[in-house]
Amino acid sequence: MAKTPIVFVLNGAERASFAEPGQNLLEFLRRGVGDLSPKYGCGQGTCGACTVTIDGQTHLACLTLAESVTGRRVQTAAGLATGATLHPLQEAFMENFAAQCGYCTPGMLISAKALLDRNPNPSREEVVEAISGNICRCTGYEPIIEAILAAAKGRARA
Amino acid sequence: MALHRGRGFAAINYPIGMNLGGDPSQALVHSNPDGKFTVALSSIDLGQGMKSVTRQIAAETLGVPVADVYVDTADSDTGPHCMGSFASRGTHRVGNAVIQAAQEARAVMLQAAAEELEVDPADLVTDGQGNIHVNGAPSRSITTMAACQAAQFKQGRTVSGRGIFLIPLSEVDPETGEMTPVSCFAHAALLVEVEVDDETGEVAVRDMQSAYELGRALNPKLVEQQLVGGAWMGMSHALWETTEPYYPDRSHGPVDFNHYLMPGPGDIAPHHISVLERPAPDGPFGGKGPGEMCANPVLPAVANAVYDAVGVRIDELPITPEKVLRGIRANGGAKPRQRLARGAR
Repeated sequence: MAKTPIVFVLNGAERASFAEPGQNLLEFLRRGVGDLSPKYGCGQGTCGACTVTIDGQTHLACLTLAESVTGRRVQTAAGLATGATLHPLQEAFMENFAAQCGYCTPGMLISAKALLDRNPNPSREEVVEAISGNICRCTGYEPIIEAILAAAKGRARA
Repeated sequence: MALHRGRGFAAINYPIGMNLGGDPSQALVHSNPDGKFTVALSSIDLGQGMKSVTRQIAAETLGVPVADVYVDTADSDTGPHCMGSFASRGTHRVGNAVIQAAQEARAVMLQAAAEELEVDPADLVTDGQGNIHVNGAPSRSITTMAACQAAQFKQGRTVSGRGIFLIPLSEVDPETGEMTPVSCFAHAALLVEVEVDDETGEVAVRDMQSAYELGRALNPKLVEQQLVGGAWMGMSHALWETTEPYYPDRSHGPVDFNHYLMPGPGDIAPHHISVLERPAPDGPFGGKGPGEMCANPVLPAVANAVYDAVGVRIDELPITPEKVLRGIRANGGAKPRQRLARGAR
């Protein structure tokens, strides 16, 4: 079967690449486009490690057909930093020791960013809700919740 | 039908490392001509902070800034031997090996500096900022970079060191069964408060109070990170995780995260931690390391708290709602061992 050309916007820049027939967005991003920041955890939408946003809404890349992002804006954790300057959420994750092995971190960051973009001053309960689809094995979640709340506070100050 | 509060306590005396045929780890340290140091280890950092702690230990021993030390754990084929990152042994075993290797490298660095400054190496001190100077005469100084460059390009020395730390195999006394497998113990006590629903059998952890004695906390934030994350894992083992409770046989066991359950961010409880620092005589700068101990006491404490709350003694983990309900039924109803002041929180 023929490969499908896909033109979309990845982290603010237009990209074009070929998708295999039936390829999911996670494989397309990692193998086709070369963005390794979304992680393969379970491949069936239960761990959240592959979380990306499409037009600002969080999606599980492993359950999304690559072709469906044609003409749309995709954001991954690779697009959070500007050059050597980390995104405030990344800074907050660092300051709050919110990463250990780091495998869940890209998905956590994207879930957190989607939350703060629509709700700049979330409550603790809203933060918990926002990351409830992201599994972490190391941190016990508390440092991640603290980091997201700290990032929200920092943004409110700025 | 009601919610019952209960408290459970557990204390732990935890051995650092293991003793299956002896417990060694090696470290190699060398300088590059830019005066930066590489520590080669085969002790993998799983996120627990192995690289950070060995980097601190190497910098402290060498007398150079932390920024001047790079820890390479990349390849266990080519790196020096390590038993591995398990048994809570990393900080203690590998840290001691790094100290030995860094001391040897430091001695060569000071010899190189002494030759350049035309003084006795015994008179030299490091300032931890990248300078070596004559003790009491800071103006007679050379940078660590210049000393390492002189060693490389003029003197023909390698500024390097080898380290190993070994807890030898402890044989069992055939008469008494006595042995000494461990040189160093860490300790903890933990108090858990749970809420048990006698209608559903669900157990929710509401609060954790813990005190850990783990030698000197070489990196207090990393210690806290381990204790917070480890307690979550202990809670998960106590109440959620299992491959077993599926019927009628194991082929119906969990194959994904929909069935292999773990507590999510909404299931966690406040955890109040006290760290007591009592430096270990044979630990690197007194450190023992939190390791696996940060998960272990949670399990018995939760089991005791469930017993306290509804009078059901469960001796098989995890403590699932089904086991709690069966226990309550067998007892003819929930039998709280004490009434906790529910209005207190």
